[in-house]
Amino acid sequence: MSEENKREEGRPAAPEQQEPANTQEVAGSEPAGAGAEHPNQPQPDTMPEHSDGGASGKPAEPSASAPAGEGAGAGAGAAAAADPEREAKIKAAQEARAARLAAKAAAEGGAAGGAAGAGAATGAGAADPEREAKIKAAQEARAARLAAKAAAEGGASGGAAGAGAATGAGAADPEREAKIKAAQEARAARLAAKAAAEGGEAAPAEPKPPSPKQPWLDEAVELLKSEVHPEAVEEAAINALAGDMPTITVKAEHWRAAAELLRDHEKLGCKYIRNVTGVDYETHLEVVYFVLNLETKREYAIKIRTDREQPSVPSATPVWPGANWPEREIYDLLGVDFPGHPDLRRILMPDDWVGHPLRKDYVPLDPEV
Amino acid sequence: MIRTEELLLNVGPQHPSTHGVFRLVVKLDGEVITEATPVIGYLHRGTEKLAESLNYTQIVPYTDRMDYLSAMTNNYVLCHAVETMMGIEVPERAQFLRLIVMELQRVASHLVWWGTYLLDLGALSPFLFAFKEREMIIDLFNELCGARLTYNYMRVGGVKWDAPPGWIDKVRDFIPYMEKQLKEYDRLVSGNEIFLARVKGVGQYDAETAIAYGLSGANLRCTGVKWDLRKDEPYCIYDRFEFDVPVGTNGDCYDRYLVRMEEMRQSLRILKQAVEQFPSSGETMGKVPRAIRPPAGETYVRIESPRGEIGCHIVSKGKAEPYRLKFRRPSFNNLQILPKLLVGETITNLIAILGGVDIVLGEVDC
Repeated sequence: MSEENKREEGRPAAPEQQEPANTQEVAGSEPAGAGAEHPNQPQPDTMPEHSDGGASGKPAEPSASAPAGEGAGAGAGAAAAADPEREAKIKAAQEARAARLAAKAAAEGGAAGGAAGAGAATGAGAADPEREAKIKAAQEARAARLAAKAAAEGGASGGAAGAGAATGAGAADPEREAKIKAAQEARAARLAAKAAAEGGEAAPAEPKPPSPKQPWLDEAVELLKSEVHPEAVEEAAINALAGDMPTITVKAEHWRAAAELLRDHEKLGCKYIRNVTGVDYETHLEVVYFVLNLETKREYAIKIRTDREQPSVPSATPVWPGANWPEREIYDLLGVDFPGHPDLRRILMPDDWVGHPLRKDYVPLDPEV
Repeated sequence: MIRTEELLLNVGPQHPSTHGVFRLVVKLDGEVITEATPVIGYLHRGTEKLAESLNYTQIVPYTDRMDYLSAMTNNYVLCHAVETMMGIEVPERAQFLRLIVMELQRVASHLVWWGTYLLDLGALSPFLFAFKEREMIIDLFNELCGARLTYNYMRVGGVKWDAPPGWIDKVRDFIPYMEKQLKEYDRLVSGNEIFLARVKGVGQYDAETAIAYGLSGANLRCTGVKWDLRKDEPYCIYDRFEFDVPVGTNGDCYDRYLVRMEEMRQSLRILKQAVEQFPSSGETMGKVPRAIRPPAGETYVRIESPRGEIGCHIVSKGKAEPYRLKFRRPSFNNLQILPKLLVGETITNLIAILGGVDIVLGEVDC
């Protein structure tokens, strides 16, 4: 990724002294450059139990950043040389993600439906299949996640397989093939469930009124696609749970240009940054920027997903100086690197702290502290 | 030309004028500050991490300890976030109680700021005035929920305690008294020449800078930006009351002072209306499922605390505990501008500027 190059120049000297060459510290932040140069070298990791899985962790990157469909293609093409466990892991992660998306879509549809119905009794018969589909989707997502976890635990053996380099489809061991097939079937079933959920919802909640903030979302997505990059937007949705917040997922490599557009474009003009937050989703990390136009009250939540092993999101501090400390906080607590940040140091934890406490797999180095 | 040695001055973390454990490393050229580096984290308790293993009701007391001068608004923002996700309706009486305690809290918080700010500037007696009046508000809170600072008063769906008999009348009596005292404060301080010399034109910035740095509360409004979440994104029942949003023009410490003084008057104005309209009976808890499990998804809600926009970002996986809970603390964001403000100022203005930002370290560090 071109991100690595940017990281090198954007990075001030200070953090290096803040974090001595400590093997544990490393994972989320420092040696990103080194990792990029020697992708085959096992990398030290924050997690002791993953310590020998550095190499297997690294190639998983494409799955986190690439949409599920693409990844699936790559997975099928990838070859005999690559170990099947890794394959299964990636696959499972993708499925988990797809399942979660389905569940989310169902949940959102359900919420909107409820709102439209203006009352609990929108016809119990109509509501039921929807709910059932939702439950089912949730169960499947859970199963998929469990599978992913199991695979992750089992697959620590990953050798130094050449990252995404498709080594020709040898179509080797039958076990792997069976697994893939089963996964595909599961996925088809899930898609069907999703379709059913959507179909079920379509009947009673047909007059699902579009959110009054929908035009804001559409406008921003349009502008991002035309002005920044046709591929800049990964996802866009209205978040009904957050007061119909227009939520856009932007690709990390286009974030900096997107930020400038959000701030400067006359139609958007989001000059005010109200909040920045980071979330560890276990499969990936996510940084969320909440920006606002104080005059028109137009607001957006912009999400940027990043890989968990080498998390990096271009800093928005040059665009909104108000992102400075919040980004430092996210760097401190979640280990996300922000290339381009003028002063990326720990802010809440002591300078010599090891690890990033808000990571879901965080284990204190010294439990006595 | 006289040349001076560069002097590195450490302020805090234990220093009476930093209002908590806040440290500032200042480089001085003579009397003039050439660089200022804030160091925070001395009060970091990992509230957000702790919250991931607590259910929502258990998190409420943790919010008391963030901005400990404004625990009521912190309680509210958490409960409001969960209620938003779950679509819980809060009964009328609970809404009024919430609004009344939040506005009393705003007055109490501004009183502490007023007293300590003048103490920072060398005026000792205003502190005694401010704390006397604040004590009356704290007594009201104590009677309502049995605590002076960490109230743990609100719950998802309502409030824990109904107002005891006669409590509303006590609030009603307090309002005219406080209005009278505010006039006294103005006579005592607002026109004082020494005070004016210390704050006028000090720590000045314009609206553009305030917006770029994401400042909120009086720190934003002192530049003339009329942005108050109670008016602009109404929550609770603020849209039912009449009040003004005071703004400054110069963006200096004096305007921040004036904005906060006027905010106290406006809070009393809201309180007066709320006490009159207070429902004589009713529930204080809405219909809340036994297990509070917000649906999977995320929300971000924000309200106007005495220090600015306090926000709560919840990521839920449908469990009783939040998957991720993030508080946007106004003091943390407001403090960012400090290094920029201090450069070029004299060391004597350092405390005046820091005090004017009005930070609470429990919230900065969280």
